Amino acid sequence: MLSIKNLHADVEDKKILKGIDLEVKAGEVHAIMGPNGSGKSTLSSVLAGRENYVVTEGEVQFEGKDLLDMAPEVRAREGLFLAFQYPVEIPGVSNINFLRTALNEIREYRGLPALEAKEFLKLTKEKQKLVEFDAKLINRSLNEGFSGGEKKRNEILQLAMLEPKLSILDETDSGLDIDALRIVSNGVNKLRSENNAFVIITHYQRLLEYIVPDYVHVLYDGRIVKSGTKELALELEERGYDWLKETYPVTENAR
Amino acid sequence: MANTVDSNEIINDFATKEYEHGFVTDIEMDIAPPGLSEDTIRFISAKKEEPEWLLEWRLKGYRAFLKQDLPEWQNFKLPPIDFQGISYYAAPKNKKKYNSLDEVDPELLATFEKLGIPLNEQKVLAGVAVDAVFDSISVATTYKEKLKELGIIFCSFGEAVQEYPELVKKYLGTVVPHSDNIFAALNTAAFSDGSFVYIPKGVRCPMELSTYFRINTQGTGQFERTLIIADEGSYVSYLEGCTAPMRDENQLHAAVVELIALDNAEIKYSTVQNWYPGDKEGKGGVYNFVTKRGACRGANSKISWTQVETGSSITWKYPSVILQGDNSVGEFYSVAVTRNKQIADTGTKMYHLGRNTKSRIISKGISAGHSNNSYRGLVHVGAKADNARNFTQCDSLLIGSECGAHTFPYIETKNNTAMVEHEATTSKIGEDQIFYLNQRGIDSEKAVALIVNGYAKEVLNQLPMEFAVEAQKLLSITLEGSVG
Ligand SMILES: Nc1ncnc2c1ncn2[C@@H]1O[C@H](COP(=O)(O)OP(=O)(O)OP(=O)(O)O)[C@@H](O)[C@H]1O
Ligand SMILES: [Mg+2]
Repeated sequence: MLSIKNLHADVEDKKILKGIDLEVKAGEVHAIMGPNGSGKSTLSSVLAGRENYVVTEGEVQFEGKDLLDMAPEVRAREGLFLAFQYPVEIPGVSNINFLRTALNEIREYRGLPALEAKEFLKLTKEKQKLVEFDAKLINRSLNEGFSGGEKKRNEILQLAMLEPKLSILDETDSGLDIDALRIVSNGVNKLRSENNAFVIITHYQRLLEYIVPDYVHVLYDGRIVKSGTKELALELEERGYDWLKETYPVTENAR
Repeated sequence: MANTVDSNEIINDFATKEYEHGFVTDIEMDIAPPGLSEDTIRFISAKKEEPEWLLEWRLKGYRAFLKQDLPEWQNFKLPPIDFQGISYYAAPKNKKKYNSLDEVDPELLATFEKLGIPLNEQKVLAGVAVDAVFDSISVATTYKEKLKELGIIFCSFGEAVQEYPELVKKYLGTVVPHSDNIFAALNTAAFSDGSFVYIPKGVRCPMELSTYFRINTQGTGQFERTLIIADEGSYVSYLEGCTAPMRDENQLHAAVVELIALDNAEIKYSTVQNWYPGDKEGKGGVYNFVTKRGACRGANSKISWTQVETGSSITWKYPSVILQGDNSVGEFYSVAVTRNKQIADTGTKMYHLGRNTKSRIISKGISAGHSNNSYRGLVHVGAKADNARNFTQCDSLLIGSECGAHTFPYIETKNNTAMVEHEATTSKIGEDQIFYLNQRGIDSEKAVALIVNGYAKEVLNQLPMEFAVEAQKLLSITLEGSVG
């Protein structure tokens, strides 16, 4: 589904990604861990197509298509979803209206008719239940004044509504209370299928107890320095990152 | 008015990139030679078979016009205006008075159809009576008979002068005096046509009344006059819309609107202004210099202005309310959008004269491109206006970094029981907001439309339902190409 080969990317002339290789197949869950500032969010931004992130080398295929060649909205319509580490607030735009616009844009791209108001509301209710999202938040302005945890849960509601092929969850667990963590994880597990895939960025082994990954990767200094199975996460939890840092000294940052 | 207009529909309707009303109707016109003089005024007055008092009043206006200079207090450079280069009268040649729609030139009907304003009553928006003004002449007023049964008068200004001279004479110029400002004076001298509304005591007008203005002929200005009187305990909601063809020259639109609300009466006046804004470089476009003022003459009366301003190269208007009656209420809700090189300087004046008077001002400016958008407002509280209350909210939204937003709020209070509140915010559509929406499959233009419509919602919700959708579409289309 996703194939990243030797990906290098700069932000403001600073090398952040320094040769990433990653293969994600349908039905798989990959976890990416790694110290602060190692480039995890940068990787997700590059994949989602954020401006100012310049790919200097490498290629990314998504469902056999050149992902880097697509505008951000096209990537989304093709089925790439990013649950943001820091979801933005958009005052005045109601959550529900936003959801409907997004859903219908994606449907249109896929040649499906726009959902009628009634069907849409039905779908929203269903998904709202699935991720136990507070109904009161659905009519409020998009993320405006939402608590940290509410914002994260709103990301998962959107994920549930838009049914992407590949979902990247950037630290969706940070800021969630214990119950919310369980609810969100359950939601994700219910959404998992043979046809979709998840890349889960997290600092905590706890999330991976709920959403059990097929692979765990360690991103350090812009490269994946170690890959393994879910046991790797446990090892990291115990030992921290220092032993890896010693093995892989930081490379030159300036260009 | 609660209405949940669906933004999806609106933003799906991103039809045209250019100004979509920019076509010209080919029709034979009666046009006065350019220039203004006492003779021209006599000519106009005679064409309209006006009574002597009205001609005298026009001449008074003309003399006041001659004595005044163009204003200089604005924060932009006003290009010189050649008042003698404009023709002050243009009317479709065919026939000057239409007794029924059958007599109207089919070209003209087609023009209004094309603008989405069908004048054929079967096709008219249900519940909306329309008066269509083409250049200087009112073309058709729909639903007239039905309204008449309730005693409501809704007709062209010219017709009102003929049929109801006493009413016109009693109220004309009592809110905006003939010498009020240079453009109002010019209008007094040369006004062409416009709409007249009278709602009798205790009558609630059952439909929206609407006037649609269209400038067509080259080298003409449009100087219409609207007079609305809501008698005791009555209610009316009125809407005006306007468009013009694309022209390289600037066209002058200097209208005057006077509203009068007597005891317990309410007038709701909405405008969707979409005159031709000029091209990208700022060439051409309409100068929209209008004087709009309402008088809450009676106790417990209410006047509410709502405007969506997207067109014109320069807009200069301050729909105001004189709160004379005790407990009267004035409201001003505005969305002004500017892009390219457009200039909008708009706001309101609320004069609190009676006791317990209240006013509410909600202004939303949206600037893109190299445009300039100013809010200018005055809240005046007179010595006798005990317990006057005002709330003002002035928001500016910037798209890009080359545009300007300014606010000039003036407050004068001569009564220390007054409570005047002013809040202002300036925000920018952030790249991270656009990216967030992009990541959910929404392209940048739709993202901007979504944000802008959300931002303007409080004002758009004030519009009559039938027009809120139109206005939202208009906002979206207006801002097309403003990002990226
Ligand atoms: N827009 C930017 N301008 C300058 N530097 C940036 C920008 N975005 C990211 N960086 C830098 O790139 C590096 C990687 O940042 P990134 O956000 O990808 O880390 P991360 O692995 O997600 O960290 P965390 O675990 O703290 O979320 C950091 O040093 C960060 O400061
Ligand atoms: Mg991060």
